[in-house]
Amino acid sequence: MKIHEYQGKELFRKYGVATPRGFPCFSVDEAVEAAKKLGGPVWVVKAQIHAGGRGKGGGVKLARSLDEVREKAGEILGMQLVTHQTGPQGQKVKRLLIEEGADIKKELYVGMVVDRESQRVVLMGSSEGGMDIEEVAAKTPERIHKLAIEPVEGLTSAAAAGMARKIGVPEGSAAEAGALLQALYKCFVETDASLAEINPLIYTGEGKVIALDAKLNFDDNAMFRHPELSAIRDLDEEDPAEVEASKYDLNYVQLDGDIGCLVNGAGLAMATMDIIKVYGGSPSNFLDVGGGATTEKVIEAFKIMLRNPSLKAILVNIFGGIMRCDVIATALVEASKAVSLKVPLVARLEGTNVELGKKILADSGLPIISAANMADAAQKIVAAARA
Amino acid sequence: MSILIDKNTRVMTQGITGKTGQFHTRTSRDYANGRACYVAGVNPKKAGEDFEGIPIFGSVKEAKEKTGANASVIYVPPPFAAAAIDEAVDAGIELVICITEGIPVRDMIQTRYRMQGKKTLLVGPNCPGVITPDEIKIGIMPGHIHKKGPIGVVSRSGTLTYEAVGQLMELGLGQSSCVGIGGDPVNGLKHLDVLRMFNDDPATEAVIMVGEIGGTDEEIAARWVKQNMKKPVIGFIAGITAPPGKRMGHAGAIISGGQGTAQEKLAVMEECGIKVTRNPAEMGRTLKSVLK
Repeated sequence: MKIHEYQGKELFRKYGVATPRGFPCFSVDEAVEAAKKLGGPVWVVKAQIHAGGRGKGGGVKLARSLDEVREKAGEILGMQLVTHQTGPQGQKVKRLLIEEGADIKKELYVGMVVDRESQRVVLMGSSEGGMDIEEVAAKTPERIHKLAIEPVEGLTSAAAAGMARKIGVPEGSAAEAGALLQALYKCFVETDASLAEINPLIYTGEGKVIALDAKLNFDDNAMFRHPELSAIRDLDEEDPAEVEASKYDLNYVQLDGDIGCLVNGAGLAMATMDIIKVYGGSPSNFLDVGGGATTEKVIEAFKIMLRNPSLKAILVNIFGGIMRCDVIATALVEASKAVSLKVPLVARLEGTNVELGKKILADSGLPIISAANMADAAQKIVAAARA
Repeated sequence: MSILIDKNTRVMTQGITGKTGQFHTRTSRDYANGRACYVAGVNPKKAGEDFEGIPIFGSVKEAKEKTGANASVIYVPPPFAAAAIDEAVDAGIELVICITEGIPVRDMIQTRYRMQGKKTLLVGPNCPGVITPDEIKIGIMPGHIHKKGPIGVVSRSGTLTYEAVGQLMELGLGQSSCVGIGGDPVNGLKHLDVLRMFNDDPATEAVIMVGEIGGTDEEIAARWVKQNMKKPVIGFIAGITAPPGKRMGHAGAIISGGQGTAQEKLAVMEECGIKVTRNPAEMGRTLKSVLK
């Protein structure tokens, strides 16, 4: 799960990670009011969307008067913000963050992720703040410092201050920066984060260390113990088809092709997308129905796929182990009737009770195309989508 | 021969009284030598009772002492599953297979940290389990699609493993053992560990390695294969068409930070002498083509 920058900063402040003062705003008037409350000569007007690269896309602007705050807020609020992470259609800006300006002496980068290889939380830091960190990693990997954190002892003050020095925090501010990194680690662990990034982390002319940005992602598997985080989830930022699917326990990802896929198991679902491509087609979604595809689930899955106007055909690929092929066949027949399915449906069933499953499809009187194996299914679905 | 488990393995089920634990303990017990292999269940609240004749104990330690069980399979729900692994590790169980899907990563980091220096091997979590065909099945895979033979299978995904097995069976090729290592980012045995075991197993002549996007486990395993593997290995990576930044079902199946793409993995595997296919319908035939 992802949250907005302003929500991340609220969490940061709770844990003692210093941030600029600021307020979230939902209208231009609120933005001006927020700037008045903050006072001072300079404000930053920041678009709040989940995607990164907002500055380059024109979603972050400096304002030097209240009139300018009004002007910039008016420009950004409601704009279709396009960044390298939003895709060409962009993301509509519905929330702003108005912040006090900061006296930036130097911009740095810090991040935390779970590293699969060391099976630890890894702290990453770089003197190259404010830039695309993937680019820094590719071009100048020596400028990225990594530290795997031992889960029991945690991030010690010595190790944290050491990292601060490595990325160029001046000696007088190293202890303060170290304390900030320790606070960030505590926040990461206690909120079950999967990613934390501050880009940039700055130090000011006075030597203060401040998080100018806040990016936090959380482990979906741990959300059961964080109702306070689930409560601030912003569904406007997520794909409506994916949100709808999650209500029915369907694992769905929207893609840009025209062949819908309904598969049991994540690996087989990806392989099904891949084989469609091998035979010249293009998948319109990833969908793992899991181990228990009931008629209700299949109906909802069909409905979600059919929302896509470019959908031309649906491929069902089930390798039944626990899930019996006769059960899924019955569900397919009933769901096809329930949604009055008009697009071609190719079904490949394998595994437990496969003969019975195929018989149910054949006897249904519906134009369901049966496939013998994955290759046959892919050929038939690509042909059906082109017809 | 086989790897990890055989007809002499003695298994306890942690979470034997839940619906999932009951269902799969029953089907596993009904497979091959399952009646002799499944010896105990664990549930502190139901100690002294039994599940269809399998005695239930209050703790893993007690179940081990009373029955001699040396393996445990876990169907405990996600909030409590990591603690169930910890209990089995502390009791000195040799092999723990955790089927549970959806364990928080933070819990698994703690559990893996505690396992350092312990003798327990962990398979999973979020995996279908392990099967040595015609001897024993520990997990949720359909037993009847397998038969004993010379091919080892190791995979991060469940149903895609069944797909690979199905293709082998169409070509008349049985399996020595099939190991589902699971789709989570922080887990127990990796591709490399399982390949090492297949390399040492006289009953295994060749191996299918099924990977997916995310992480670098497949690349690490491939480099080891190049240096050490005496047997042919073929590979497939699911997710060639997956877009970056999108989690494809499994917690570990995500291309992030420019790492973990299928193309990158396939390229490294090919460089290391692993014959790969980009067509998931060709896993069986690709394997057959490398057999002597």
